[in-house]
Amino acid sequence: MTVSDADELAAATPAAATPVTVAGVRGRREALQVARRNRKLLVGLAVVLVFLAVAVVGPLLTDHGPNEYVGPPAQRPSARWWFGTTMFGQDVFAQFAHGLRATFLVGLLGGGLAAVIGMVVGFTAGYRGGAADEALSMLTNVVLVIPTLAVLLIIATYLRVRGVVPEAIFIGLFSWPWVARAIRAQTFSLRTRDFVDLARLSGVGGARIVLREIVPNMSSYLFMTFILLFGGSVLMAATLDFIGLGPTEGISLGLMMNNAVLWSALPLGMWWWFVPPGLGITMIVGALYIMNVGLDEVFNPRLREL
Amino acid sequence: MTLRVDNLKVWYRTPRGEVQALDGVSFGVADGEIVGLAGESGCGKSTLGRSLIRLDAAMRHVDGTVELDGKELPIADDERMSGFRFKEVSIIPQYAMSALNPTRRIGGMLAELLESRGVGMAGVRDELRRRLELVGLDAEVLDRYPIELSGGMKQRMVMVISTMLNPSLLIADEVTSALDVSTQKAVAETLVEFRDRHYVKSTLFITHDLSLVYQIADSIVVMYAGRLAEKAPTDTLVAAPRHPYTRMLLAALPEVGVRYGARRLQGIPGSPPSLLTPPTGCRFRDRCPLAFDKCATQPPFVEVAPDHLVACWKAG
Amino acid sequence: MLRLDRISKTYRIGTFGSRELTAVRDVSFQVHPGEVISLIGESGSGKSTIGRMILRLTGVSAGTISFDGTDIAGFKGRGLRTYYGNVQGVFQDPFSCYNPIFRAERVLEMLRGPWFPGLDDRQWRDKVAASLEAVRLDPAQVLGKYPHQLSGGQLQRLLVARALLLDIRLLVADEIISMLDASTRIDVLNLLGDLKARGLGILFITHDLSLGNYLSDQTVILRRGEVVEQGPTERVFGRPEHPYTRALLASVPQLHRKWDRTGPGVRGAAGESA
Repeated sequence: MTVSDADELAAATPAAATPVTVAGVRGRREALQVARRNRKLLVGLAVVLVFLAVAVVGPLLTDHGPNEYVGPPAQRPSARWWFGTTMFGQDVFAQFAHGLRATFLVGLLGGGLAAVIGMVVGFTAGYRGGAADEALSMLTNVVLVIPTLAVLLIIATYLRVRGVVPEAIFIGLFSWPWVARAIRAQTFSLRTRDFVDLARLSGVGGARIVLREIVPNMSSYLFMTFILLFGGSVLMAATLDFIGLGPTEGISLGLMMNNAVLWSALPLGMWWWFVPPGLGITMIVGALYIMNVGLDEVFNPRLREL
Repeated sequence: MTLRVDNLKVWYRTPRGEVQALDGVSFGVADGEIVGLAGESGCGKSTLGRSLIRLDAAMRHVDGTVELDGKELPIADDERMSGFRFKEVSIIPQYAMSALNPTRRIGGMLAELLESRGVGMAGVRDELRRRLELVGLDAEVLDRYPIELSGGMKQRMVMVISTMLNPSLLIADEVTSALDVSTQKAVAETLVEFRDRHYVKSTLFITHDLSLVYQIADSIVVMYAGRLAEKAPTDTLVAAPRHPYTRMLLAALPEVGVRYGARRLQGIPGSPPSLLTPPTGCRFRDRCPLAFDKCATQPPFVEVAPDHLVACWKAG
Repeated sequence: MLRLDRISKTYRIGTFGSRELTAVRDVSFQVHPGEVISLIGESGSGKSTIGRMILRLTGVSAGTISFDGTDIAGFKGRGLRTYYGNVQGVFQDPFSCYNPIFRAERVLEMLRGPWFPGLDDRQWRDKVAASLEAVRLDPAQVLGKYPHQLSGGQLQRLLVARALLLDIRLLVADEIISMLDASTRIDVLNLLGDLKARGLGILFITHDLSLGNYLSDQTVILRRGEVVEQGPTERVFGRPEHPYTRALLASVPQLHRKWDRTGPGVRGAAGESA
């Protein structure tokens, strides 16, 4: 069908003559320029970086561990204890800073692992189709229905000592099925587009087509899935921490909130115990979402001109 | 005179500004006439069709009047227009056959539509069956879902639905574009049939296919860049076109029997002007081989022969 | 040059692939060097499927397609790439052929790595400029733009330029002008005519008989996957033998000749195509 009237009319503006250039290099540079001016991207990135800074630098500012009993219990935030103290006299700020580290680690590792598995499975199934697709879809469905908590309980019985890394890996191994499905569906639809056929006619092989034609079209979607996986990992870790299946040592934001609830922080009005971790998780995940919207505008030239 | 359009100006709001899609269009459609509205993409023909029924929220009515059967149509007022839609003015929109709700049976959808206009389904059932038969569809198609029908069948179904209440004016917007040649012929002939049986009084047949419009229209209006270029009875327009655009357009159509080696057809170099900031004067000026200084002023759309109107200084 | 020998294509459809759909049945024809063949059919005739099979985008269920005597089904890796250096395709929807997030000229860039690794930037630029000139595109107007900033006609011509970069011998043109306006259609068509005069063979797939008639030497008429008539274009159009061909020709709207109306009780003229 011929293009609609309004689009045709708006697009027919005569453009100034541009010099003959070689594509590719200029395209990347331009994307960076647009990215630098996109407000959503910058704001979101700033927030995440602030928290990251706290996670990196924060623990260095305290000379005690997060779980040490260093001060009088249940203190409000003050100059001495920036975030106050817990019911047991632990420094909430130290907990927060160390907890941020654990949170970022779980999010990155768990989310990253799930993303990688999901993408490999999704792209292969979507592009190849046929027997490969059937096998991979079977695998996806099996992992989807495995009761993660039950498996975790069994694993927990065998592992006396658990760290953040095994927790992250475990989460990563079980949260990828929806990613695989979504990517498979999108790959199916993109694969039928003529530009994929054209790439095949250019003598480009299967994996390269996926990487160079299909993935870039989905780049903002892939980033979004990573954001969701990151947030999901963090939340799942909090759940596990809550029922005592989390790391046996150290601290995380989820554990902080759990402790706060367990020790009646809310009825007692000890807001400084659970507000920082809750706000922290919310702001990090929220900032990532905003970044994603901004990135969509950078990646998709059509949105740019609006 | 069924339809009288006078100096109609309709602009589109887009994120990049206002597109002056229709800029002072005036013409008339006689009772029982099929007028073909032809032009290329972006000329404003679809906008003209849709503005007569006010079907688009982004359209802004800037100036001009439309009279249907002697009464003025409130085309600037969405709410008042809804009383006229489907009853006196009806449209078969572009891509209509792809727009049928896939989750409803066709009969159910039609019943709902009729009810919204205060007509009971029971009363029109016999007439409906007659019309379905006319277009070659069985009455049981009402119990089917749209996905069970072929493209041609859906298009004919949509035509029956749009004309159920015998509108005075039917606007058929690119109803044959996505169809095969044989179905195209059937659908086009159905439009004529509807007119002959008075299901519809007059028809505005919008298309980019000049040879198709030649087959069924009584007169043809050629549009370019939001303005009318020429209007004439069909045979006159094709045999003796006066506007340079019409002439070049006709010369660019490959026909069965015309071969590349024997007679090389010519396209029209350049492209239509942007309607965000349209040029002054005649809009075809930049591409016209006959352009001269006077073309800097927009030529009026005047009658140069009985029923033959042209907007060109050189056509008189 | 290209030879199709009793080609068939069947698909498995339905739950668990229990039913079969035959899209193409027993089709045979040849394309000689510098010849233009029109493959004409309505929707569902299998013409696009044949084009895809020739381009090795879909497999053949039965029969052989051979290029210069060799069966193309056997081509792999380097052999396949050599084949693509001789045979290329252009498709119907210009906007769908371009990856929307990249610049339009990327379709040309994509060929550089596999086929022209040795060229430096300036040589490549010259080659691109020459190609664009051959399709009568102004480099300044086309390079550096995104697909949505160019018109359908420009995009189609750019695709032809891409095919020409490779110095191909056969172009499979699948409905390439159906989505263009009347005034630009003829330009692209004339371009194909010029290329044919320079020795390019073209398989021109279309549903529009007038377009098929304009350029081609031979015509093949398809109906529901089978060939109903084929031969020199002038004969097929001038003295059609098969009733389907006759019905098709009668349904084509033409200037200077009106249809014979079939009278009240309108039915599809050449049969309903689903």
